[in-house]
Amino acid sequence: MDLDAKVPPGPLEKKWDAHVDSIRLVGPRNRSRYTVIVVGTGLAGAAAASSLGALGYNVECFCFQDSPRRAHSIAAQGGINAAKGYRNDGDSVFRLFTDTIKGGDFRAREANVYRLAQLSMGIIDQAVAQGVPFAREYGGMLANRSFGGVLVERTFYCRGETGQQLLLGATSALAKEIHDGHVRMHPRTELLDVVVADGRARGIVVRDLVTGAISSHAADAVVLATGGYCNVYFLSTMAKACNVTATYRAWRRGAGFANPCFTQIHPTAIPAAGEHQSKLTLMSESLRNDGRVWVPRKAKDGRPPSDIPEAERLYFLEERYPRFGNLVPRDVAARNAKEVCDKGLGVGPTGYGVYLDFRDAIQHAGLKVIEGRYKNLFEMYERITDEDPRKLPMRIYPAPHYAMGGLWVDYNLMTTVKGLYAIGEANFSDHGANRLGASAMMQCLADGYFILPVTIADYLSRNPAGEAKPDQPEFKRAEEEVRERTRRLLAVNGSRTVLSFHRELGQLMLDKCGISRSRAGLEETLQKLPDLRERFWREVKVPGGDGELNQSLEHAGRVTDLLEFAELMCMDALTREESCGCHFREEHQTEDGETRRDDAEFAHVSVWESGGPGGPPRLHKEPLAFEAVPLAQRNYKT
Amino acid sequence: MRFTLRLWRQRDARDKGGFVRHEIDGISPDLSFLEMLDVLNENLTARDDMPVAYDSDCREGVCGMCSLVINGRPHGPLAATTTCQLYMRHFKDGEEITVEPWRAKAFPVVRDLVVDRSAFDRILEAGGYVSVHSGPKPDPNANPIEPEVAEEALDAATCIGCGACVAACPNGAAMLFTAAKVSHLGLLPQGQPERWTRVVGMVEQMEKEGFGGCTNLGECEAACPKEISIKFIGRMNRDYFRAVLREPVKRRGPMEAQ
Repeated sequence: MDLDAKVPPGPLEKKWDAHVDSIRLVGPRNRSRYTVIVVGTGLAGAAAASSLGALGYNVECFCFQDSPRRAHSIAAQGGINAAKGYRNDGDSVFRLFTDTIKGGDFRAREANVYRLAQLSMGIIDQAVAQGVPFAREYGGMLANRSFGGVLVERTFYCRGETGQQLLLGATSALAKEIHDGHVRMHPRTELLDVVVADGRARGIVVRDLVTGAISSHAADAVVLATGGYCNVYFLSTMAKACNVTATYRAWRRGAGFANPCFTQIHPTAIPAAGEHQSKLTLMSESLRNDGRVWVPRKAKDGRPPSDIPEAERLYFLEERYPRFGNLVPRDVAARNAKEVCDKGLGVGPTGYGVYLDFRDAIQHAGLKVIEGRYKNLFEMYERITDEDPRKLPMRIYPAPHYAMGGLWVDYNLMTTVKGLYAIGEANFSDHGANRLGASAMMQCLADGYFILPVTIADYLSRNPAGEAKPDQPEFKRAEEEVRERTRRLLAVNGSRTVLSFHRELGQLMLDKCGISRSRAGLEETLQKLPDLRERFWREVKVPGGDGELNQSLEHAGRVTDLLEFAELMCMDALTREESCGCHFREEHQTEDGETRRDDAEFAHVSVWESGGPGGPPRLHKEPLAFEAVPLAQRNYKT
Repeated sequence: MRFTLRLWRQRDARDKGGFVRHEIDGISPDLSFLEMLDVLNENLTARDDMPVAYDSDCREGVCGMCSLVINGRPHGPLAATTTCQLYMRHFKDGEEITVEPWRAKAFPVVRDLVVDRSAFDRILEAGGYVSVHSGPKPDPNANPIEPEVAEEALDAATCIGCGACVAACPNGAAMLFTAAKVSHLGLLPQGQPERWTRVVGMVEQMEKEGFGGCTNLGECEAACPKEISIKFIGRMNRDYFRAVLREPVKRRGPMEAQ
């Protein structure tokens, strides 16, 4: 597997500009001859499809929701980072770059991350030009807030609805391109396979979710912007339909999958309440700016929080990390919450919850100010739990939230399959082993608006347009395989629902490949997964047929891929014999329970290659060099 | 808790459809309405029945995918709440609950409780944007915006495009949806160059799609899970009349390099 990252030569801060200056372009008159498929309409997909359409390419864009605006980027709450330096607090491109590298615990590629920091300012400008109503100060200037893991205020926001506003900006640009005829939109259409011929991506096979029709679409390049795979844990903050199918199918067709075990467990979600719960709801990390995280010092303390005196409260983040306090990065906050709950100090009916308390902030700044910052979050919390966070502290617990792992891409965002690109959360590139808050939207939009539309031209220009045709044998074969898989799913006709298998998989993965992992647990899970898969194919019941809207069939298809993909995650977690960022291996911790990285052995990206049917996946490594930010242990204490 | 559900079942767009009764028991009050339907679907599957189809995705009230008219009210009995954020504790034990799809000429039923809302997308495509390409733009602080203006634009922009306003309106009008987008962009300086063509394009598309007219009943505002104010409809109407009374904007073709 060729893992040449194609990082341009020259000094870090000049690489991107020099690269743009040197790559091949497609002239404006030729662009409409090239067809580009974009799968997914979240921030990355909508930004890429609209930008490519505006450039004049012929774009075919797919999403499984009923409208592009529904993609799960819409649920991002807190904000988007940019190194504007408006606050005069010492922020800069270089500082955003180093924060991201350190936050990711030195497992990301320096050149990509630097480019991300460089492009961050332009994203804000772009969004404002589209009409995104970011919060403003009284003088009319853009407002900022701070987010976990950094010491500056560089996060731009629209109340708690930043993702919604940025996505509506991107999909409005997409709407214009659809109107102008540059983008053809295929809603309620799901990718079921990627077609590769002669080592190059030629198109995709999709299912029309309303009629059930399977069809092939050929293109000169294929872009996957299909998001993350935390629904492998069943309960996560992701939307119900988020899945791994697109990237997993691409992996089966030869694309390398990087760091699949790097999943982020977000510290501030509402704790699970019961067995039929279908998802976890995130409470924005921005709440940690004013909320103080604590548990009672005494185990199984049954008193209501207001009766517990100050001296008997354990502010575990503030005590352990005095410099960052409640604003430590997500992985650190999540792990500490789990630790205190495992010790029996947790609160709420299940004992798996910690308090996030606004009492002091309300006393200090006043209810009006605090409501101004978090009103919609308070209301959301109240609606779900029936408790008022203005009077009672919130109860929160970590929840799977984001996948840092994804398809391996080079500097041009191309996977190991030529002509197949992965952008946004679907790729692995910029967040290393842990993503900092408010960086996901930044990466998605940088990929979609500014990077891919430029780099894809270099590939397209080297090949004649319109080479791929949907009547090629590779398309026919892929279509046949898709139909066969559907037939098999419908034919099992067992006794258990898809949902029950999904829950079982989720519980297993959350226990053994979640916040903390151990060799024994992972080996046990690798034993259990083939058995679970086998039982699925023997006992699952998928009602209805394939020629109709059939949500059970859709879900079944996604769960089959998650069941296989889970194995890859565990193998990756098992072979990475160190702790870094969100990947916490119990065997590899310091005496005071912090992560112990092993840079001598593991300063690399783990890239998995499919071993074909029946063959074991093969592990390859892309070594990471740290020149601008010297390798160092993260320190959020002093 | 125990409930009797009167659910709208309809195989596809051509099917006539009708109500079917389902009993469900052992429901925790902390389940969301959609989780209750998940449980029902589990039971139906086990009994060899076809599960009921309904749309949902984010389940945190922002994607706008979920719908459902519950006991005659879009998104159910609670104000400012989408169906996915509605909990069974808001219902009485033993209650009969009627569940229907959005009903409007412009939203044909796809199956059971799933409707086709693509008309909304076509309204947006008719002008719901600021025409800017991706690339370098001026610094936003070069163009200060009063925070009150940004806030009001955001009040309109929080529309999730769910279609409850249409489902609630006896005329099946899409005025609140259209007005929210027209006002979001019309309030901001960035939206000014296309302000008049936008409102005309979007209103005309809305009429083409078969949505009804507004008779100021205010049902839309009451049903809107984001509490978007009906005042935006007044604002859109003013803009629309100003736009059609103006000299028609004779837009030349875009100045593309030739």
